[in-house]
Amino acid sequence: MPKSSSKKAEKTVEELTYEEALAELEEIVNSLEGEQNQLEEAIKLFERGQALAARCGVLLEAAELKVKQVVGDVVLPFDEESE
Amino acid sequence: MQPTLFSTQQWTVSKLTFYIRRLLEENDTLQDVWVQGEISNLSRPASGHVYFTLKDSNAALKCVMWKTSAARLGLALQDGMEVEVHGKIGVYEISGQYQLYADQIRAVGEGALYQEFMRLKSMLEMEGLFSPERKRPIPILPKKIGIVTSATGAALRDMLNTLRRRLPIVEVLLAPSPVQGIEAPPALVNAIRSLNAQSPDVIILARGGGSIEDLWAFNDERVVRAVAGSQAPVISGVGHETDFTLCDFAADLRAPTPTAAAELATQITLSDLKVNTSSLLSQLAAHILDILSEQRAHLSSLTTSLRYMSPERRIQSEHQRVDELSRRVYSSLLHRIQLQSARVNGMTQRLEALSPLAVLARGYAVVTRKDDGSVVSRVEQATPGQQISIRVSDGELDAQITH
Repeated sequence: MPKSSSKKAEKTVEELTYEEALAELEEIVNSLEGEQNQLEEAIKLFERGQALAARCGVLLEAAELKVKQVVGDVVLPFDEESE
Repeated sequence: MQPTLFSTQQWTVSKLTFYIRRLLEENDTLQDVWVQGEISNLSRPASGHVYFTLKDSNAALKCVMWKTSAARLGLALQDGMEVEVHGKIGVYEISGQYQLYADQIRAVGEGALYQEFMRLKSMLEMEGLFSPERKRPIPILPKKIGIVTSATGAALRDMLNTLRRRLPIVEVLLAPSPVQGIEAPPALVNAIRSLNAQSPDVIILARGGGSIEDLWAFNDERVVRAVAGSQAPVISGVGHETDFTLCDFAADLRAPTPTAAAELATQITLSDLKVNTSSLLSQLAAHILDILSEQRAHLSSLTTSLRYMSPERRIQSEHQRVDELSRRVYSSLLHRIQLQSARVNGMTQRLEALSPLAVLARGYAVVTRKDDGSVVSRVEQATPGQQISIRVSDGELDAQITH
Protein backbone atom coordinates (compact mmCIF):
# COMPACT_ATOMS: atom_id res chain seq x y z
CA MET A 1 0.00 0.00 0.00
CA PRO A 2 1.70 3.25 -1.08
CA LYS A 3 2.18 5.86 1.62
CA SER A 4 0.55 9.08 0.54
CA SER A 5 2.28 11.09 3.24
CA SER A 6 5.92 10.75 1.96
CA LYS A 7 7.15 14.12 0.80
CA LYS A 8 10.53 13.00 -0.49
CA ALA A 9 12.17 9.75 -1.40
CA GLU A 10 13.59 8.40 1.83
CA LYS A 11 17.28 7.57 1.89
CA THR A 12 18.42 4.66 3.96
CA VAL A 13 19.63 5.76 7.37
CA GLU A 14 23.19 4.69 6.54
CA GLU A 15 23.39 7.22 3.71
CA LEU A 16 22.58 10.22 5.87
CA THR A 17 25.05 12.75 7.19
CA TYR A 18 24.90 13.75 10.83
CA GLU A 19 22.99 16.95 10.07
CA GLU A 20 20.49 15.13 7.85
CA ALA A 21 19.87 12.38 10.39
CA LEU A 22 19.45 14.87 13.21
CA ALA A 23 17.04 17.04 11.22
CA GLU A 24 14.87 14.06 10.28
CA LEU A 25 14.87 12.79 13.86
CA GLU A 26 13.64 16.16 15.11
CA GLU A 27 10.94 16.17 12.45
CA ILE A 28 9.74 12.74 13.54
CA VAL A 29 9.66 13.71 17.22
CA ASN A 30 7.57 16.78 16.38
CA SER A 31 5.30 14.75 14.18
CA LEU A 32 4.60 12.17 16.85
CA GLU A 33 3.99 14.86 19.44
CA GLY A 34 1.55 16.94 17.48
CA GLU A 35 -0.29 15.28 14.71
CA GLN A 36 -2.84 12.52 14.81
CA ASN A 37 -1.06 9.56 13.34
CA GLN A 38 -2.52 6.22 12.45
CA LEU A 39 -1.08 3.73 14.88
CA GLU A 40 0.74 1.77 12.21
CA GLU A 41 2.29 4.89 10.76
CA ALA A 42 3.27 6.10 14.22
CA ILE A 43 5.06 2.85 14.91
CA LYS A 44 6.89 3.03 11.59
CA LEU A 45 8.00 6.59 12.39
CA PHE A 46 9.14 5.51 15.82
CA GLU A 47 11.27 2.75 14.36
CA ARG A 48 12.83 5.10 11.84
CA GLY A 49 13.46 7.59 14.62
CA GLN A 50 15.28 4.95 16.63
CA ALA A 51 17.44 4.10 13.63
CA LEU A 52 18.21 7.78 13.07
CA ALA A 53 19.21 8.30 16.70
CA ALA A 54 21.48 5.28 16.46
CA ARG A 55 23.03 6.67 13.28
CA CYS A 56 23.69 10.03 14.97
CA GLY A 57 25.33 8.20 17.86
CA VAL A 58 27.56 6.20 15.53
CA LEU A 59 28.65 9.28 13.59
CA LEU A 60 29.42 11.21 16.75
CA GLU A 61 31.43 8.35 18.21
CA ALA A 62 33.41 7.69 15.06
CA ALA A 63 34.10 11.32 14.16
CA GLU A 64 37.65 12.31 13.35
CA LEU A 65 38.67 15.91 12.81
CA LYS A 66 39.06 16.65 9.10
CA VAL A 67 41.80 19.21 8.43
CA LYS A 68 42.55 20.66 5.00
CA GLN A 69 44.47 23.70 3.84
CA VAL A 70 43.78 26.36 1.27
CA VAL A 71 46.54 27.98 -0.75
CA GLY A 72 45.24 30.66 -3.05
CA ASP A 73 42.13 29.10 -4.52
CA VAL A 74 43.12 25.49 -4.11
CA VAL A 75 42.05 23.23 -1.26
CA LEU A 76 44.66 20.63 -0.39
CA PRO A 77 45.04 17.99 2.27
CA PHE A 78 47.00 19.05 5.33
CA ASP A 79 49.45 16.80 7.08
CA GLU A 80 49.67 17.77 10.72
CA GLU A 81 52.82 15.80 11.31
CA SER A 82 54.91 17.88 8.89
CA GLU A 83 56.33 20.30 11.39
CA MET B 1 88.60 75.06 -28.35
CA GLN B 2 86.20 76.17 -30.97
CA PRO B 3 83.08 77.91 -29.74
CA THR B 4 79.98 75.72 -30.32
CA LEU B 5 77.60 76.71 -33.05
CA PHE B 6 74.61 76.79 -30.76
CA SER B 7 74.75 78.66 -27.53
CA THR B 8 73.94 76.71 -24.37
CA GLN B 9 70.45 77.29 -23.09
CA GLN B 10 70.02 80.54 -21.30
CA TRP B 11 68.17 80.08 -18.07
CA THR B 12 66.19 82.46 -16.01
CA VAL B 13 66.08 81.94 -12.27
CA SER B 14 62.45 80.94 -12.49
CA LYS B 15 63.01 78.56 -15.33
CA LEU B 16 65.94 76.89 -13.64
CA THR B 17 64.13 76.66 -10.34
CA PHE B 18 61.10 75.23 -12.08
CA TYR B 19 63.31 72.71 -13.82
CA ILE B 20 64.81 71.63 -10.51
CA ARG B 21 61.35 71.40 -8.99
CA ARG B 22 60.06 69.17 -11.74
CA LEU B 23 63.15 66.99 -11.48
CA LEU B 24 62.59 66.40 -7.81
CA GLU B 25 58.81 66.09 -7.93
CA GLU B 26 58.83 63.62 -10.79
CA ASN B 27 61.14 61.32 -8.90
CA ASP B 28 59.06 58.55 -7.40
CA THR B 29 61.50 57.77 -4.60
CA LEU B 30 61.39 61.33 -3.36
CA GLN B 31 57.61 61.40 -3.35
CA ASP B 32 57.27 58.71 -0.66
CA VAL B 33 60.01 58.92 1.94
CA TRP B 34 60.44 58.22 5.61
CA VAL B 35 63.21 60.35 7.03
CA GLN B 36 64.71 60.03 10.44
CA GLY B 37 66.24 63.01 12.17
CA GLU B 38 66.14 65.37 15.06
CA ILE B 39 63.64 68.21 15.25
CA SER B 40 65.01 71.71 15.52
CA ASN B 41 63.74 75.20 14.86
CA LEU B 42 60.23 74.11 15.52
CA SER B 43 57.70 76.79 14.71
CA ARG B 44 53.92 76.63 15.07
CA PRO B 45 52.47 79.95 13.96
CA ALA B 46 48.81 80.89 14.24
CA SER B 47 48.08 79.61 10.75
CA GLY B 48 48.25 76.09 12.16
CA HIS B 49 50.99 74.98 9.81
CA VAL B 50 54.08 73.48 11.39
CA TYR B 51 57.62 74.36 10.31
CA PHE B 52 60.76 72.62 11.50
CA THR B 53 64.14 71.42 10.40
CA LEU B 54 65.12 67.79 10.53
CA LYS B 55 68.80 67.33 11.09
CA ASP B 56 71.46 64.84 11.81
CA SER B 57 75.20 65.38 12.21
CA ASN B 58 75.85 65.99 8.52
CA ALA B 59 72.84 67.56 6.96
CA ALA B 60 69.61 69.40 7.50
CA LEU B 61 66.26 69.24 5.78
CA LYS B 62 63.59 71.88 6.00
CA CYS B 63 60.13 70.49 6.64
CA VAL B 64 56.62 71.80 6.61
CA MET B 65 53.44 70.11 7.70
CA TRP B 66 50.14 71.68 6.68
CA LYS B 67 47.64 72.26 9.40
CA THR B 68 45.22 69.47 8.37
CA SER B 69 47.93 66.82 8.81
CA ALA B 70 49.25 68.55 11.89
CA ALA B 71 45.81 68.44 13.49
CA ARG B 72 45.84 64.65 13.22
CA LEU B 73 49.21 64.33 14.93
CA GLY B 74 48.99 62.05 17.91
CA LEU B 75 52.33 63.33 19.04
CA ALA B 76 53.58 66.39 20.84
CA LEU B 77 56.52 67.81 18.88
CA GLN B 78 59.53 69.29 20.57
CA ASP B 79 62.95 70.51 19.56
CA GLY B 80 65.52 67.80 20.07
CA MET B 81 63.03 65.00 19.58
CA GLU B 82 64.18 62.12 17.41
CA VAL B 83 61.44 61.36 14.91
CA GLU B 84 60.62 59.65 11.66
CA VAL B 85 58.84 61.88 9.20
CA HIS B 86 56.92 60.72 6.16
CA GLY B 87 56.25 62.93 3.19
CA LYS B 88 57.34 64.12 -0.23
CA ILE B 89 60.08 66.38 -1.44
CA GLY B 90 59.09 69.57 -3.16
CA VAL B 91 60.58 72.93 -4.02
CA TYR B 92 59.40 76.23 -2.66
CA GLU B 93 60.37 78.38 -5.61
CA ILE B 94 60.03 81.72 -3.98
CA SER B 95 62.90 81.03 -1.64
CA GLY B 96 64.66 78.51 -3.85
CA GLN B 97 64.27 75.95 -1.13
CA TYR B 98 63.71 72.26 -1.41
CA GLN B 99 61.79 70.91 1.51
CA LEU B 100 59.96 67.93 2.86
CA TYR B 101 56.17 68.28 2.83
CA ALA B 102 55.33 66.07 5.79
CA ASP B 103 52.11 64.14 6.30
CA GLN B 104 53.08 61.81 9.17
CA ILE B 105 55.43 62.04 12.09
CA ARG B 106 56.20 59.28 14.51
CA ALA B 107 58.50 58.98 17.45
CA VAL B 108 61.55 56.80 17.23
CA GLY B 109 62.97 54.61 19.94
CA GLU B 110 61.22 53.63 23.09
CA GLY B 111 57.46 53.90 22.90
CA ALA B 112 57.55 54.56 19.18
CA LEU B 113 55.61 51.49 18.35
CA TYR B 114 53.12 52.29 21.04
CA GLN B 115 52.66 55.80 19.63
CA GLU B 116 52.00 54.31 16.23
CA PHE B 117 49.60 51.84 17.76
CA MET B 118 47.66 54.65 19.45
CA ARG B 119 47.62 56.70 16.28
CA LEU B 120 46.22 53.91 14.14
CA LYS B 121 43.80 52.86 16.84
CA SER B 122 42.25 56.30 17.13
CA MET B 123 42.11 56.72 13.37
CA LEU B 124 40.36 53.38 12.76
CA GLU B 125 38.14 53.86 15.76
CA MET B 126 36.95 57.16 14.33
CA GLU B 127 36.17 55.39 11.07
CA GLY B 128 33.91 53.10 13.07
CA LEU B 129 35.82 49.90 12.37
CA PHE B 130 35.71 48.86 16.03
CA SER B 131 32.10 49.78 16.68
CA PRO B 132 30.07 47.18 18.59
CA GLU B 133 27.23 47.38 16.05
CA ARG B 134 29.50 45.91 13.41
CA LYS B 135 30.19 42.80 15.41
CA ARG B 136 28.39 39.68 14.26
CA PRO B 137 27.43 36.71 16.41
CA ILE B 138 29.58 33.60 16.17
CA PRO B 139 27.63 30.54 14.90
CA ILE B 140 27.03 28.14 17.78
CA LEU B 141 27.49 24.99 15.70
CA PRO B 142 29.76 25.66 12.73
CA LYS B 143 30.24 23.09 9.98
CA LYS B 144 33.44 24.62 8.65
CA ILE B 145 36.04 26.55 10.65
CA GLY B 146 38.74 28.55 8.90
CA ILE B 147 42.08 29.17 10.65
CA VAL B 148 44.71 31.77 9.75
CA THR B 149 47.96 31.05 11.52
CA SER B 150 51.43 29.72 11.04
CA ALA B 151 51.49 26.10 9.83
CA THR B 152 54.29 25.41 12.29
CA GLY B 153 54.12 26.51 15.89
CA ALA B 154 52.19 25.59 18.97
CA ALA B 155 49.13 27.74 18.29
CA LEU B 156 47.88 25.53 15.46
CA ARG B 157 48.63 22.33 17.30
CA ASP B 158 46.81 23.53 20.42
CA MET B 159 43.80 24.68 18.42
CA LEU B 160 43.53 21.42 16.49
CA ASN B 161 43.71 19.42 19.73
CA THR B 162 41.00 21.59 21.24
CA LEU B 163 38.76 21.19 18.19
CA ARG B 164 39.39 17.46 18.04
CA ARG B 165 38.34 17.17 21.65
CA ARG B 166 35.28 19.39 21.49
CA LEU B 167 33.79 18.86 18.05
CA PRO B 168 35.49 16.26 15.85
CA ILE B 169 32.65 16.36 13.34
CA VAL B 170 33.64 19.89 12.28
CA GLU B 171 35.67 20.53 9.13
CA VAL B 172 38.82 22.63 9.55
CA LEU B 173 40.30 24.67 6.73
CA LEU B 174 43.75 26.10 7.36
CA ALA B 175 45.17 29.08 5.47
CA PRO B 176 48.81 29.02 6.56
CA SER B 177 50.62 32.36 6.74
CA PRO B 178 53.71 33.89 8.29
CA VAL B 179 52.66 35.75 11.40
CA GLN B 180 55.60 38.13 11.81
CA GLY B 181 58.07 39.96 9.70
CA ILE B 182 57.61 42.27 6.80
CA GLU B 183 56.03 39.59 4.61
CA ALA B 184 53.35 38.86 7.20
CA PRO B 185 50.75 41.58 6.60
CA PRO B 186 50.15 40.92 2.88
CA ALA B 187 50.24 37.15 3.50
CA LEU B 188 47.67 37.47 6.30
CA VAL B 189 45.44 39.58 4.08
CA ASN B 190 45.62 36.94 1.33
CA ALA B 191 44.95 34.14 3.80
CA ILE B 192 41.79 35.84 5.02
CA ARG B 193 40.66 36.39 1.46
CA SER B 194 41.35 32.77 0.39
CA LEU B 195 39.40 31.46 3.34
CA ASN B 196 36.41 33.67 2.68
CA ALA B 197 36.30 32.30 -0.87
CA GLN B 198 35.61 28.87 0.68
CA SER B 199 32.70 30.23 2.77
CA PRO B 200 33.58 29.06 6.26
CA ASP B 201 31.10 29.63 9.08
CA VAL B 202 33.77 31.34 11.20
CA ILE B 203 37.44 32.31 10.88
CA ILE B 204 40.00 32.14 13.67
CA LEU B 205 42.99 34.47 13.41
CA ALA B 206 45.66 33.20 15.74
CA ARG B 207 49.23 33.62 16.88
CA GLY B 208 51.06 32.52 19.99
CA GLY B 209 52.55 34.96 22.47
CA GLY B 210 55.41 37.36 21.76
CA SER B 211 56.70 40.89 22.13
CA ILE B 212 54.99 43.93 20.67
CA GLU B 213 57.33 43.74 17.68
CA ASP B 214 56.52 40.05 17.20
CA LEU B 215 52.82 40.80 17.18
CA TRP B 216 53.19 43.92 15.08
CA ALA B 217 51.74 42.39 11.91
CA PHE B 218 48.38 42.23 13.70
CA ASN B 219 48.50 46.00 14.15
CA ASP B 220 49.13 46.55 10.47
CA GLU B 221 46.40 48.65 8.94
CA ARG B 222 45.97 46.32 5.95
CA VAL B 223 45.43 43.28 8.15
CA VAL B 224 43.06 45.14 10.48
CA ARG B 225 40.97 46.26 7.51
CA ALA B 226 40.91 42.70 6.11
CA VAL B 227 39.59 41.43 9.45
CA ALA B 228 36.94 44.12 9.60
CA GLY B 229 35.89 43.41 6.03
CA SER B 230 35.76 39.61 6.31
CA GLN B 231 32.50 38.01 5.14
CA ALA B 232 32.76 35.30 7.77
CA PRO B 233 32.80 36.38 11.42
CA VAL B 234 36.33 36.52 12.86
CA ILE B 235 37.57 35.38 16.26
CA SER B 236 40.94 36.95 17.06
CA GLY B 237 43.24 34.99 19.36
CA VAL B 238 46.63 36.69 19.18
CA GLY B 239 49.29 36.51 21.85
CA HIS B 240 48.65 36.13 25.55
CA GLU B 241 45.73 37.23 27.69
CA THR B 242 47.17 40.71 28.24
CA ASP B 243 48.09 41.38 24.62
CA PHE B 244 45.76 43.58 22.67
CA THR B 245 46.29 44.11 18.97
CA LEU B 246 44.18 46.19 16.62
CA CYS B 247 42.92 42.96 15.04
CA ASP B 248 41.39 42.13 18.43
CA PHE B 249 39.40 45.36 18.25
CA ALA B 250 38.32 44.83 14.65
CA ALA B 251 37.33 41.18 15.09
CA ASP B 252 33.78 40.08 15.86
CA LEU B 253 35.07 38.40 19.02
CA ARG B 254 38.36 38.56 20.90
CA ALA B 255 39.82 35.48 22.54
CA PRO B 256 42.65 35.74 25.09
CA THR B 257 44.60 32.88 23.48
CA PRO B 258 44.44 30.64 20.37
CA THR B 259 43.10 27.75 22.46
CA ALA B 260 40.36 29.99 23.85
CA ALA B 261 39.54 31.04 20.29
CA ALA B 262 38.99 27.39 19.33
CA GLU B 263 36.72 26.96 22.36
CA LEU B 264 34.70 30.06 21.49
CA ALA B 265 34.28 28.74 17.95
CA THR B 266 32.69 25.53 19.26
CA GLN B 267 30.05 26.55 21.78
CA ILE B 268 28.18 23.32 21.24
CA THR B 269 30.40 20.33 21.85
CA LEU B 270 30.27 16.65 21.06
CA SER B 271 28.89 15.81 24.50
CA ASP B 272 26.13 18.39 24.02
CA LEU B 273 25.24 16.70 20.75
CA LYS B 274 25.19 13.28 22.37
CA VAL B 275 22.94 14.55 25.15
CA ASN B 276 20.68 16.09 22.53
CA THR B 277 20.41 12.80 20.67
CA SER B 278 19.57 10.95 23.91
CA SER B 279 16.97 13.54 24.74
CA LEU B 280 15.35 13.20 21.32
CA LEU B 281 15.30 9.44 21.73
CA SER B 282 13.55 9.81 25.10
CA GLN B 283 10.99 12.16 23.61
CA LEU B 284 10.43 9.70 20.79
CA ALA B 285 9.79 6.90 23.28
CA ALA B 286 7.51 9.05 25.42
CA HIS B 287 5.41 10.08 22.45
CA ILE B 288 5.00 6.57 21.14
CA LEU B 289 4.00 5.38 24.61
CA ASP B 290 1.41 8.15 24.77
CA ILE B 291 0.06 7.15 21.40
CA LEU B 292 -0.11 3.49 22.43
CA SER B 293 -1.90 4.24 25.65
CA GLU B 294 -4.34 6.50 23.81
CA GLN B 295 -5.05 3.68 21.41
CA ARG B 296 -5.46 1.26 24.26
CA ALA B 297 -7.99 3.51 25.95
CA HIS B 298 -9.85 3.94 22.69
CA LEU B 299 -9.94 0.19 22.17
CA SER B 300 -11.13 -0.33 25.71
CA SER B 301 -14.02 2.04 25.26
CA LEU B 302 -14.94 0.35 22.00
CA THR B 303 -14.88 -3.01 23.74
CA THR B 304 -17.18 -1.69 26.42
CA SER B 305 -19.59 -0.37 23.82
CA LEU B 306 -19.42 -3.67 22.01
CA ARG B 307 -20.19 -5.60 25.12
CA TYR B 308 -23.12 -3.35 25.64
CA MET B 309 -24.35 -4.23 22.17
CA SER B 310 -23.77 -8.03 22.49
CA PRO B 311 -26.46 -10.64 21.53
CA GLU B 312 -26.51 -11.90 25.10
CA ARG B 313 -27.31 -8.49 26.24
CA ARG B 314 -29.89 -8.08 23.56
CA ILE B 315 -31.55 -11.29 24.50
CA GLN B 316 -31.70 -10.19 28.08
CA SER B 317 -33.01 -6.96 26.86
CA GLU B 318 -35.67 -8.68 24.81
CA HIS B 319 -36.66 -10.84 27.74
CA GLN B 320 -37.14 -7.76 29.71
CA ARG B 321 -39.26 -6.28 26.97
CA VAL B 322 -41.40 -9.33 26.79
CA ASP B 323 -41.84 -9.34 30.52
CA GLU B 324 -42.74 -5.76 30.39
CA LEU B 325 -45.25 -6.26 27.65
CA SER B 326 -46.73 -9.27 29.35
CA ARG B 327 -47.22 -7.32 32.47
CA ARG B 328 -48.98 -4.61 30.57
CA VAL B 329 -51.14 -7.04 28.68
CA TYR B 330 -52.06 -8.79 31.87
CA SER B 331 -53.00 -5.64 33.64
CA SER B 332 -54.97 -4.48 30.65
CA LEU B 333 -56.86 -7.76 30.46
CA LEU B 334 -57.52 -7.66 34.12
CA HIS B 335 -58.94 -4.26 33.74
CA ARG B 336 -61.20 -5.37 30.94
CA ILE B 337 -62.37 -8.37 32.87
CA GLN B 338 -63.16 -6.14 35.75
CA LEU B 339 -65.13 -3.88 33.50
CA GLN B 340 -67.01 -6.80 32.00
CA SER B 341 -67.89 -8.25 35.33
CA ALA B 342 -69.15 -4.90 36.45
CA ARG B 343 -71.38 -4.79 33.41
CA VAL B 344 -72.54 -8.30 34.05
CA ASN B 345 -73.34 -7.42 37.59
CA GLY B 346 -75.24 -4.45 36.40
CA MET B 347 -77.17 -6.49 33.93
CA THR B 348 -77.93 -9.15 36.47
CA GLN B 349 -79.41 -6.59 38.67
CA ARG B 350 -81.59 -5.19 35.95
CA LEU B 351 -82.51 -8.63 34.89
CA GLU B 352 -83.53 -9.44 38.36
CA ALA B 353 -85.64 -6.39 38.50
CA LEU B 354 -87.41 -7.47 35.33
CA SER B 355 -87.81 -11.13 36.26
CA PRO B 356 -91.30 -12.57 36.59
CA LEU B 357 -90.34 -13.77 40.03
CA ALA B 358 -89.97 -10.20 41.13
CA VAL B 359 -93.36 -9.45 39.52
CA LEU B 360 -94.92 -12.38 41.32
CA ALA B 361 -93.35 -11.14 44.49
CA ARG B 362 -95.18 -7.91 44.08
CA GLY B 363 -98.53 -9.73 44.10
CA TYR B 364 -99.15 -10.55 40.50
CA ALA B 365 -100.07 -14.09 39.56
CA VAL B 366 -99.75 -16.17 36.44
CA VAL B 367 -102.93 -18.03 35.57
CA THR B 368 -102.70 -21.11 33.42
CA ARG B 369 -105.49 -23.51 32.15
CA LYS B 370 -105.08 -26.85 33.59
CA ASP B 371 -106.26 -28.64 30.54
CA ASP B 372 -103.69 -27.29 28.04
CA GLY B 373 -101.34 -25.28 30.25
CA SER B 374 -101.85 -22.11 28.28
CA VAL B 375 -101.59 -18.87 30.03
CA VAL B 376 -104.74 -16.95 30.60
CA SER B 377 -104.12 -13.31 29.99
CA ARG B 378 -107.62 -12.38 28.77
CA VAL B 379 -111.06 -13.09 30.11
CA GLU B 380 -112.28 -14.91 27.07
CA GLN B 381 -109.49 -17.43 27.33
CA ALA B 382 -111.24 -19.02 30.31
CA THR B 383 -114.83 -20.29 30.54
CA PRO B 384 -116.76 -20.81 33.76
CA GLY B 385 -116.27 -24.15 35.28
CA GLN B 386 -112.72 -24.54 33.85
CA GLN B 387 -109.99 -25.77 36.13
CA ILE B 388 -107.11 -23.27 36.36
CA SER B 389 -103.77 -23.07 38.08
CA ILE B 390 -102.82 -19.87 39.81
CA ARG B 391 -99.05 -19.40 40.23
CA VAL B 392 -98.10 -17.01 42.97
CA SER B 393 -94.63 -16.10 44.22
CA ASP B 394 -94.11 -19.02 46.41
CA GLY B 395 -96.29 -21.73 44.86
CA GLU B 396 -99.47 -22.73 42.97
CA LEU B 397 -103.18 -22.59 43.81
CA ASP B 398 -105.80 -24.77 42.13
CA ALA B 399 -109.11 -22.99 41.30
CA GLN B 400 -112.23 -23.20 39.29
CA ILE B 401 -113.74 -20.33 37.32
CA THR B 402 -117.14 -19.38 38.55
CA HIS B 403 -117.66 -16.67 35.95
